[in-house]
Amino acid sequence: MLAWTIYISFCAVFVLLLLPNRMVRTARSVALLSAIAAFAVTLAAFWQHRSGELQTITRVPWVASLGLEYHLAADGISLTLLLLTGIVAIAGVLFSWNITHRVSEFFAFYLALIGGVYGVFLSFDLLLLFIFYEIAIIPKYFLIAIWGSTRREYAAMKLALYSFIGSAMVLIGLIAAYVASGARTMDLSQLAQFPFTVHFQMWVFPLVFVGFAILAGMWPFHTWAPTGHVAAPTAASMLLAGVVMKLGAYGCLRVAMALFPRGLDAWGFHLLGFGSWRDVFALMAVIGIVYGALVALVQKDFKFVIGYSSVSHMGFVLLGLMTLQQIGIDGAVLQMFSHGILAGLLFAVVGRMVYDRTHTRELAQLQTMQLSKVLPFAAATFVIASMASIGLPGFSGFVAELQVLIGTWHAYPRFTLLAGLGIVIGIAYTWRVMQVVFFGEPATNQPANVAPLPPITMPERIGTTLLVATSVLIGLYPQLLLRIIVPALHSPLFDGLWKGSQQ
Amino acid sequence: MTPFPYAELFSLLVPQIILVLTALAVLAADAFFLRAADTPVRIKSGVVLSLIGCTLTIARTLHTPLQANLLDGMIVLNPLVQQIQIVLLLLTMLTVLLFVSSSFTQHVSEYLALILLATVSMMFLVSTQNLLLIFLALEMLSLSLYILTAFNKSSGQSAEAALKYFLFGGTSAAFLLFGFSLLYGFSNSTNLTHIASTIHGSSLDPLLIVAIVMVIVGLGFKVAAVPFHFWAPDVYQGAPAPSAAFIASGSKVAAFYVLYQVMVIGLAGAEGGATWHTYAPGWVPVLAIVAVLSMVLGNLVAIRQTSVRRLLAYSAMAHAGYMLIGILAHSEQSLPALLYYAITYAVTVLGAFGVVALVEANTGGDTLAHFAGLSRRAPIASFCMFIFLLSLAGIPPLAGFFGKFYLFSAALSTPAPTLGLIWLVVLAVAMSAVSLFYYLRVLKAIYVTDPPADAAPIRTPFVHNLVFGLIAASLVLLGCTPNLLLHWLRHAVDLVASR
Repeated sequence: MLAWTIYISFCAVFVLLLLPNRMVRTARSVALLSAIAAFAVTLAAFWQHRSGELQTITRVPWVASLGLEYHLAADGISLTLLLLTGIVAIAGVLFSWNITHRVSEFFAFYLALIGGVYGVFLSFDLLLLFIFYEIAIIPKYFLIAIWGSTRREYAAMKLALYSFIGSAMVLIGLIAAYVASGARTMDLSQLAQFPFTVHFQMWVFPLVFVGFAILAGMWPFHTWAPTGHVAAPTAASMLLAGVVMKLGAYGCLRVAMALFPRGLDAWGFHLLGFGSWRDVFALMAVIGIVYGALVALVQKDFKFVIGYSSVSHMGFVLLGLMTLQQIGIDGAVLQMFSHGILAGLLFAVVGRMVYDRTHTRELAQLQTMQLSKVLPFAAATFVIASMASIGLPGFSGFVAELQVLIGTWHAYPRFTLLAGLGIVIGIAYTWRVMQVVFFGEPATNQPANVAPLPPITMPERIGTTLLVATSVLIGLYPQLLLRIIVPALHSPLFDGLWKGSQQ
Repeated sequence: MTPFPYAELFSLLVPQIILVLTALAVLAADAFFLRAADTPVRIKSGVVLSLIGCTLTIARTLHTPLQANLLDGMIVLNPLVQQIQIVLLLLTMLTVLLFVSSSFTQHVSEYLALILLATVSMMFLVSTQNLLLIFLALEMLSLSLYILTAFNKSSGQSAEAALKYFLFGGTSAAFLLFGFSLLYGFSNSTNLTHIASTIHGSSLDPLLIVAIVMVIVGLGFKVAAVPFHFWAPDVYQGAPAPSAAFIASGSKVAAFYVLYQVMVIGLAGAEGGATWHTYAPGWVPVLAIVAVLSMVLGNLVAIRQTSVRRLLAYSAMAHAGYMLIGILAHSEQSLPALLYYAITYAVTVLGAFGVVALVEANTGGDTLAHFAGLSRRAPIASFCMFIFLLSLAGIPPLAGFFGKFYLFSAALSTPAPTLGLIWLVVLAVAMSAVSLFYYLRVLKAIYVTDPPADAAPIRTPFVHNLVFGLIAASLVLLGCTPNLLLHWLRHAVDLVASR
């Protein structure tokens, strides 16, 4: 049944493409309905799926002569991310209610992206996964290049090329694994059982891991993320930060780490203090956390602050993966979910509530506008979102980052301090931007510049409620997701990973 | 001495004969019955006649599956060759359809007849394993193509391109003939399998090495591989659109198949090696160098182009580089992979030239600026161009992606499982990431840039939309269910191999 998430999205794309451009309302409704329908399907599956173990949805031969299959399946990790995709997709449609330029095309690209994302999370045949992964690249380009703002064509091209280079690395790794195994299969669980030689894993693992991690915003390959987020229209930023970066992290865990676990083993020698790829990537993740936070601290553009904070938060995901502790990886998956929701919320406030009304994102200009009085709803939302984002207990971010930190404490005690430092800086930049934008003092020499702005609309309120409620729900009762994530991590797929980590 | 088998020869060549008769019929109809008619009417009737001829030929080929090896490899027919002939005929039909609304020439019937004669020579080209006939067919094809390039008499560019094409073509034909004569001198035979049987021993005869290089120079020209590519940008830019489409599609497929035959069948035993650790002299390393140059130069220079036709020319070199990887891998998988790639590429590029022609006819040029805002002026053609270019870039789920995947995995599986050619595959995949940049630039002009203020919607002829739609649909279909074509090709390749 879950397969319908993909089909619904692509059917909606088809309908939207056939729709004449002036039928704006119909286009919006089609988009919203299909997003809701896909989410409903996921939710129903989530209800039925109590244990979190791997469940096959569809499995038919696709290109029999090459051993390729159309194999869709879901386990707890997939389900968690599918839920995230569903929620962010609905919120994204709601927050793009004010788009009037080439509406049906906008939603067509938007839903094509969503459909690709659903496909990645559901594929268990590697080539199929890769196909859906690449399907997601092209719509991003057009969403940003057509409907974006600041330096949109540059940002769109940069993002598309970074993604494509990443996926080219992945493709090389996948073909190499396909040929080296000699088994003529691209089935994820079968290849995960195949004992690739350590030498082979040692070069393929970093190739595939970095290929995916580019999309997860790993330092120093993160530079597409802030520019892309800033240039993108609100809904696309929400998707980019909320879901697309998760594609990368998901690929790191599901493909790179599951297929080539020995690639994480020690090299047997030390180079510049690193003993394995694991050390290298853990350090990059920590640098990403601290660097992203520091850069966010000095930005002058409101959206860049959020853009760099995404890099910082995604660092936690990668760090969690590199701990190779169960609690760390749990935390990483939970952090994917949590950051997806919160980044979506923050971008919604910045892009839709503030920028679309004030037409500026310059902190200096926003400071004089007294937005807390003009847009109290936006101010309140941003305060809640910031609290959640800096890891206040009771919100989803806290549970996730705490678990990652505990995992790190076991694996890399020294990095825990650095990551903790990243959290502290996170509080600083969040506080600063909140203070400046919403509670700034009007300039003294001018009369108070309180121009009446359009009020917050109903779709925005609904979208906000949806995202905040989800974050609070998971913050208060993380077990809801953990109960399906943990069994998924103990499926045979990840056997190699745990075996490797005990050595 | 056995009597010359005229009857058998005739029965094997019925498809070619039908085509020649069609060409004559097209000429005659135009000369005798349509003298006074308007050009559009003449075009339409000529096109219909040509289509009927091609359809008859396809029907005949489909209807009588043949296994024959006549006169010691002079005419070789088997299911695979017949399939390639069918593909070539289909490509010709699409080219002819693109000609429908053209207005660059009054000499309608001559143009169509030349296209049909070029098709005849391509059919000969793929159905022989004899050096002499290969050379004759290749020359006949080239001569037709030179004239087709020069056909726009009102355009200086067209004439210049044709002259350039002719001069380079003549030179490379000389190289090819020299190479062939050396091969003949070496083996005392013009039959490919005989030539191969005289090659043995681990060290290659210097004569043979010279012959290999000469042959690669000659055939490298036909497939527009770097450094034998100098004609391509000018010809792609100057030739009338249907001619350029024909040169880029049908003749490419035929040329690649011939290159494969000459190398893999004729020079079996002289492969050498181009894997990372084990280098050995032979034709594989030579082709590897050509492939690397083609991929790198084609992709990098394409970035700088503003004319879409020139861009397609440089991207054609890049694609030739990818396909050369399929040849130099010469595994059991690589022939179906190569053909799958070549066929889907040919179809795609044909469609892309059709869209370019449409834009030229309505905006007067083919630079990126002329494509600005096309999606709002001709939505269907734009969407089809979207699919063509993304397929060329290798974005799934389109046929171009599967072609790349299959080609590269086939290349890696030899020599199994050491991944010896991985350096080439890495380069190819990296270069295809570069290619996305310039394809996206075209799509950016079409979808993102706003159309000029005075732009009116473009009226696309129905036939063009039909052709674009067919090609786009087949690309999506072949990308999602590659088995349709793959099964067909593999089956034929297996049949041929098992004989």
